[in-house]
Amino acid sequence: MQRQGLVAWALALPFLAIFAVFMILPLVGSLAMSFTDMSSRDVRTPFAVNLVGFDQYAALFADERFVQSLLNTAYFVGVGIPITIVVGLALALAVDAGIARLRAVFRIGFFAPVVTSIVAVAIVWRFMLQSDGIVNSMLAVVGIDGPQWLTDPAWAMPSIIIMTVWRNAGLIMIICLAGLQAIPPELQEAASVDGAGPWTRLRRITLPLLRPTILLGAVLLTVGYLQMFEEPFVMTGGGPLGATTSVSLFIYEQFGFGDYASGAAAAYVLVVATAAIAAVWFRMLRSRVES
Amino acid sequence: MTGRARVRGPRTGSRAVTLALTIGLALTLLPFAWMTLASFKTPAELSIRPPTWWPLQPTFENYTEWLTRLDFPLHFANSAVVAVFVVLGNLVFCSMFGYALAKLQFRGKRALFLLVMGTLMVPGIVTMIPLFVLVANLGLVNTYPALILPFVATPLGVFLMRQYMLAVPDSLLDAARIDGAGEFRILFRIVLPLCGAPLATLGILTFLSSWNNFLWPLVVAQSQEMYTVPVALSLYSIGPGGIQYGLLMAGSMLVLLPILVIYLSLHRFVMRGMTATGGPSLADATDR
Repeated sequence: MQRQGLVAWALALPFLAIFAVFMILPLVGSLAMSFTDMSSRDVRTPFAVNLVGFDQYAALFADERFVQSLLNTAYFVGVGIPITIVVGLALALAVDAGIARLRAVFRIGFFAPVVTSIVAVAIVWRFMLQSDGIVNSMLAVVGIDGPQWLTDPAWAMPSIIIMTVWRNAGLIMIICLAGLQAIPPELQEAASVDGAGPWTRLRRITLPLLRPTILLGAVLLTVGYLQMFEEPFVMTGGGPLGATTSVSLFIYEQFGFGDYASGAAAAYVLVVATAAIAAVWFRMLRSRVES
Repeated sequence: MTGRARVRGPRTGSRAVTLALTIGLALTLLPFAWMTLASFKTPAELSIRPPTWWPLQPTFENYTEWLTRLDFPLHFANSAVVAVFVVLGNLVFCSMFGYALAKLQFRGKRALFLLVMGTLMVPGIVTMIPLFVLVANLGLVNTYPALILPFVATPLGVFLMRQYMLAVPDSLLDAARIDGAGEFRILFRIVLPLCGAPLATLGILTFLSSWNNFLWPLVVAQSQEMYTVPVALSLYSIGPGGIQYGLLMAGSMLVLLPILVIYLSLHRFVMRGMTATGGPSLADATDR
């Protein structure tokens, strides 16, 4: 056993060494940095900085730009996640109920946006959403006067959410399809024999049994959506009037200004938010499994 | 799976659903179609209002511009080099650590596993600034190692390999141990040859996330000859001067083509990996 322990550590060492230097160290460093006044001038002397306690956090919450980025991120997460889940779930149910032979085509097609580079597709969407672009010209065909998608402060975030739902609904679909496969068909058949219509079966059998799957999807989306960056960076630059500046974009801007400590503090606000929301999802998951 | 919806008169129902899905799929693929068609248009044609779909005089100008004048082959090579090393690193390091976690007994095993998995949900941007300070002090800013090293040891890979290796029967390993084989030999000669599926899944997922990776390369690749493809594309898209959408559509095509080819030929592994381990958001969270 003693020897096996040594061999095990030897096998683990390359991973752990890299992981410690490039993950754990920056993770701890970011927390430490958030209690200092570190700036880009201190890059070469990262330990010669002054401790300032919670000053960076206090300054953040007094900073309108940060508060707005927090609210924008909350908007994006709060609206984007439910819509993504509803669309993804609807796709999964439809693909499951549709003609069996075409199932593979739909799975592959609807999932395709998930694997794409956000930068590339965000550029395509920015082009399509120009005020005189192809989307508005298609809407005009059906008599709708499309909005100034990315240049109207009220429409910029909805535009980004639409693109994000387009890109991520396929992921929820695939997760839900896997969950649907795990529901024994006998349950549905028995309910059907008892006179339950499709709507009742959906509400009483399918959705309750899919609940853990949906919550898993919610956890994934929470982690991803809270760090939204490429979408506003490419599509709006955070504008108009800061309407799409996310917390990640704010951190990137602080980094650009050389205000490292402030960026690190904002990053830890994001960590706390992620942990808090994930904890809610996990609690919902557990309470249901137990009951 | 089969016949679930067939319980009562569902034929017409399933046809209506399929029709709706077909329309939905067409809408989903519309951005790809628009990108493809627009990439073959001249600037003059792109400025027609209202916009038209089919290129009247298809041109390869946008592509030749990327390939000859805008250093695209260089950015492409950067992305490829980084992705290959990221994939190889993950395959090797995650297999080794995953094997130790799945099949060997050692002190601190559980704590280590929890520590590594605990970082799965950490937003990638949290490590960005200290990582930059670290890389700057190592003198690695604007180098390949800076683009590669932070991504070669991912929790996602450890999770995948460990889960799969847990299912490899111990009797197989014990037989080899009795024959005097060491653990390294057992891992590389017996266990890994059985791990084709998770290795393929891990390789493809890490390739995709490396290829699409944006924030860190944007920060650490500071001169044009170190840009990866998404960085180059994004900087052209927000750069000064007029925005040439034909050029950008061609650039997006060039970024997406390798990904879509891999996806269409290996979609089973991609989907399996993403559903089994927590999707691209988790992969992104660890890979940025």
